[in-house]
Amino acid sequence: MAASTGKSFVSRFGVHIAVLVFVVIWTIPTLGILVSSLRDKDQIIASGWWNSFASSSQTEAGRLPAASAQTQKDGKYVIEGNVFGDGAKRDISAFGVKAAAPTQYKAGTAADLGDGVTLQVNADGSFVLASPKAFEGDRGQRVYYASSAPPKFTTENYDAVLFSEGIGRSFMNSLTVTIPATIIPILIAAFAAYALAWMRFPGRALLIAVIIGLLVVPLQMSLIPLLKLYNGVGTFFGVPSKTYLGIWLAHTGFGLPFAIYLLRSYIAGLPREIMESARIDGASDFEIFVKIVLPLSFPVLASFAIFQFLWVWNDLLVAMVFLGTAPDQIVLTAKLNALLGSRGGNWEILTTSAFITIIVPLIVFFSLQRYFVRGLLAGSVKGG
Amino acid sequence: MAAQIFSAIFVIIIGVGGCVAYFWGANKLLDLVFPSRGVSGTAAVDNLRRQGLVRPWLFVGPAMIILTIYLIYPVIETLRLSFLDRGGENFVGLANYEWAFGDHDFRNSILNNILWLAVVPAACTFLGLIIAVLTDKIWWGTIAKSLIFLPLAISFVGASVIWKFIYEYRGEGQVQIGLLNAIIQYFGGQPQVWISLPFWNNFFLMVILIWIQTGFAMVILSSALRGIPEETLEAAVIDGANPFQIFWKIMVPQIWGTIAVVWTTITILVLKVFDIVLTMTNGQWNSQVLANLMFDWMFRGGGDFGRGATIAIIIMIAVIPIMVWNIRQANKETGGH
Repeated sequence: MAASTGKSFVSRFGVHIAVLVFVVIWTIPTLGILVSSLRDKDQIIASGWWNSFASSSQTEAGRLPAASAQTQKDGKYVIEGNVFGDGAKRDISAFGVKAAAPTQYKAGTAADLGDGVTLQVNADGSFVLASPKAFEGDRGQRVYYASSAPPKFTTENYDAVLFSEGIGRSFMNSLTVTIPATIIPILIAAFAAYALAWMRFPGRALLIAVIIGLLVVPLQMSLIPLLKLYNGVGTFFGVPSKTYLGIWLAHTGFGLPFAIYLLRSYIAGLPREIMESARIDGASDFEIFVKIVLPLSFPVLASFAIFQFLWVWNDLLVAMVFLGTAPDQIVLTAKLNALLGSRGGNWEILTTSAFITIIVPLIVFFSLQRYFVRGLLAGSVKGG
Repeated sequence: MAAQIFSAIFVIIIGVGGCVAYFWGANKLLDLVFPSRGVSGTAAVDNLRRQGLVRPWLFVGPAMIILTIYLIYPVIETLRLSFLDRGGENFVGLANYEWAFGDHDFRNSILNNILWLAVVPAACTFLGLIIAVLTDKIWWGTIAKSLIFLPLAISFVGASVIWKFIYEYRGEGQVQIGLLNAIIQYFGGQPQVWISLPFWNNFFLMVILIWIQTGFAMVILSSALRGIPEETLEAAVIDGANPFQIFWKIMVPQIWGTIAVVWTTITILVLKVFDIVLTMTNGQWNSQVLANLMFDWMFRGGGDFGRGATIAIIIMIAVIPIMVWNIRQANKETGGH
């Protein structure tokens, strides 16, 4: 902007800082789930994701082996072993025997538990519990310890989520819903848009007004009557009322006003001379449409396709009303919503699932941003 | 699953092929019924005229049928259902509307919706405008815009998970893994269960929509700002206007129309906000909104279509002024076309 030239260094520096702050605020949330989805699931709850490159420390509890494991050594009864058992080893910094003071003793020192009983837990997890009297009972000594683990990144979460949580299947379902629901409206809308832009017929102005009106009709207005209609059709023909065909048509219907609107304003802007010279050469409307209008409209068709793809892929409401929740129909958004209920605290599952649901839109968005922005501008600025 | 992929591909072929076949076939049929070639002069002219009368309807026909089934009929039917009982069988007059305005949840939803309407469009437009102005001035503005624009591609459910993770609360003495509580704790504050704080939780949900929609406002406003004639800005600089004066007195008035468009677009979106509330709180802790309440009544106890339809009508009534304004604007534009 011309207005900013000649401003002092401080004010230009301020602009950079301000934009940087906005960018950071807008990216951090998404970064958070990406990083978390790649972390070990125990580490996710042990430290914030912004600390994921540092060793994470956590307090754990375990129980030492019961009296049956004791041996006699130098006149004392001794139980030896490793608190981690056969599991993964971590570094222990401190330990304790009371829940109230889980890190009372430093690792490697011997703790006096009273009655001459001593417990020593070393940094590597090995311990020695010694007593002058024989141990009794079949419950071992409770022990608490603070351990730290080096940062651990893994793709295990993706394996788990894709194959055992059903996200992989939902991914396929989402594709099944989205691709036909994106392609079908394009051709229907393109023909209608051409007629509304270049053919003269009574009622054209009214039709355009109706379509612009329908642009803003809330989806909510359609849900109940369509649900009833689908149930009625299902009962009448003895077929299920929740089918892929049903949702394809529903998305087609809901996407059409915007599609016709967007395509019409673009097609109406094509140069009149091309149409007229083709007409003089004897081309019919059908030929003009197929041979001239469609190829010239490619950019706007692409814009609409991206819009419709993102909208259908990201939709939750239509999918919840018109599709079932069985594994063979549940789409990603609905599955993610279900996981939020059933796996509320399992952040390794939630963050990973969320990232899988957003990865396709992000790829589409980044690779085709040009068309997306163009559609956005045409669809709203002129929409006035 | 293989069968499912196969059926999807099959449908794409059938759907696209069907469309092509319809448009091509209908067109051919029209040429056969009213031939314009190989007949005598006057008959050809007559037939061409008849073709001209029919062909537009062949072109708009499929779209009109689908629009009628999926949007026009439902609007009328929803209005009718709002005067019927839960099963949609008996006429109950205005009983559903009476119920609505006496119902605690409904009133709470209306208040929350008003709160959303007051905050979200304003915040998105304001932030979008500021970011658009700032990013225009720096060399890495395009990258910055891309990153701020990015959440627009993310679903509301995905965004809700992202922000739920930020608002995550863990009991006292535990490590806070939610960013917000970690920051609060770092500065010595008390961690909170943000989404269950009555009244304030609304704002924590709104943040999600603002995060998503600011990019939209930014892109539209940024392109409008580019359209401002350079001379007006230069003149202002010469007259000694400071950056704030230039922004408020030169730039904003010139893009007033675009600001209105952005504002109304986001307003319509806010009226329909559903996914965020469903996934974050499902309307608990006084965070209910109309669209989620409607969804609730559609399925609650087998579904109450009368009350559900009534809530939909209320949302529709809020949209009507914008709809009328849109149609008027469009008529003005196409009037000369």
